[in-house]
Amino acid sequence: MEIKDFDHHAPIEGTTLFDGEMAMKGYALNKMCFSFNGAPARDAYLADPEGYMTSFKLNDEQKQACRDKNVLAMIAAGGNIYYLAKFAGIYKLDVQDVGAQQTGMTKEAFKEKLLRQGD
Amino acid sequence: MAKIIGGLSTSHIPAVGNAVAKELFEDPYWKPFFDGFPAIRGWLDEHKPDVAINIYNDHGLGFFLDCMPTFAIGAAHEYVNEDEGWGIPVMPPYEGDAKLSWHIIESMVEDEFDITSCQELAVDHGFTVPTQLFWPGLQKNPNFPRIIPISANTVQHPIPTLKRALAFGRALRRAILSYPEDIKVVVLGTGGLSHQLDGERAGHINKEFDLMCMDKIVDDPDELTKISRHELVRQAGAQGTEFLMWMMMRGALGDKVKLVHKNYHIPISNTGAGTMLMECIE
Repeated sequence: MEIKDFDHHAPIEGTTLFDGEMAMKGYALNKMCFSFNGAPARDAYLADPEGYMTSFKLNDEQKQACRDKNVLAMIAAGGNIYYLAKFAGIYKLDVQDVGAQQTGMTKEAFKEKLLRQGD
Repeated sequence: MAKIIGGLSTSHIPAVGNAVAKELFEDPYWKPFFDGFPAIRGWLDEHKPDVAINIYNDHGLGFFLDCMPTFAIGAAHEYVNEDEGWGIPVMPPYEGDAKLSWHIIESMVEDEFDITSCQELAVDHGFTVPTQLFWPGLQKNPNFPRIIPISANTVQHPIPTLKRALAFGRALRRAILSYPEDIKVVVLGTGGLSHQLDGERAGHINKEFDLMCMDKIVDDPDELTKISRHELVRQAGAQGTEFLMWMMMRGALGDKVKLVHKNYHIPISNTGAGTMLMECIE
């Protein structure tokens, strides 16, 4: 592997760079997810998801992505994975669950894919 | 005068926090990762650093997008760990070294690095997991050092360049070496290596790239500064940008180092997990 051979501008497949544009787009969604660091916030969300989302001013796209627990849709709506991981935590989903969902694989198949990369 | 004795790096995956809590050290999945640490613990027991500079990236506990510092340095007497939302055990508070923190901040700003100083900072798994790995028992470990957190932004682009990360480490070195007290300092730079949690490319790991980085960082870290941030994401994955922390650590070790130990294993959780110990020569 030679650094001189790298292409510094090629698009990165299957990857959304979380930049200023996405940070503005997803601010409300990410702020809500950031609140889930605290147990009372997680309980409040589970007790009344619609009311909790509205209190953080999520837009319709963001609300629907949360209702569907659809990670790719949450990313498209401006979600950042570090904050979305806290949303996933409410439902006891780990990063393999999240990876499997985004790649359309079973969790077992996704874990097998990770293992194979050590070969 | 203060002295830097070496640098430590490891991945800081949250699942490691759970594995430590459950003592899965001999579990077949975890053993190849945990086996990378006894040699480093032996070195720490021998050299007994007084202070550890713990360079990590916050993942949404200490900072949010309302104010996102590119480089933040803890300037507190104590740092607390808090609930991160997904159930890893919360660690007891960590003792800092506020006097040294302010010396570093003064020196680095004089050196034209624009620092965010933090008199309160909740530290997340990026900070706590490496301390659990290097000093089992934490506060109950007789050799547990005082710790100063330094966090760099990898949450939101634009993130720092690899060149800037290395330069940061070199300025940090100048700061520490100018501290008048006779203390021994070890520098941690943790995170990575290759992994991507988000998008259709989730699960991306790049062994060849990781091993190249672990090789070049020892004797030729400047070569790695030719890698653009965009290319770093492409090769190492969206969260593989945490390799910046390793470059910050490496910069603090001086030009020549001795590689004492390294370990690499795939996968731990979704990540290519690397561990290194480099000893300072100068």
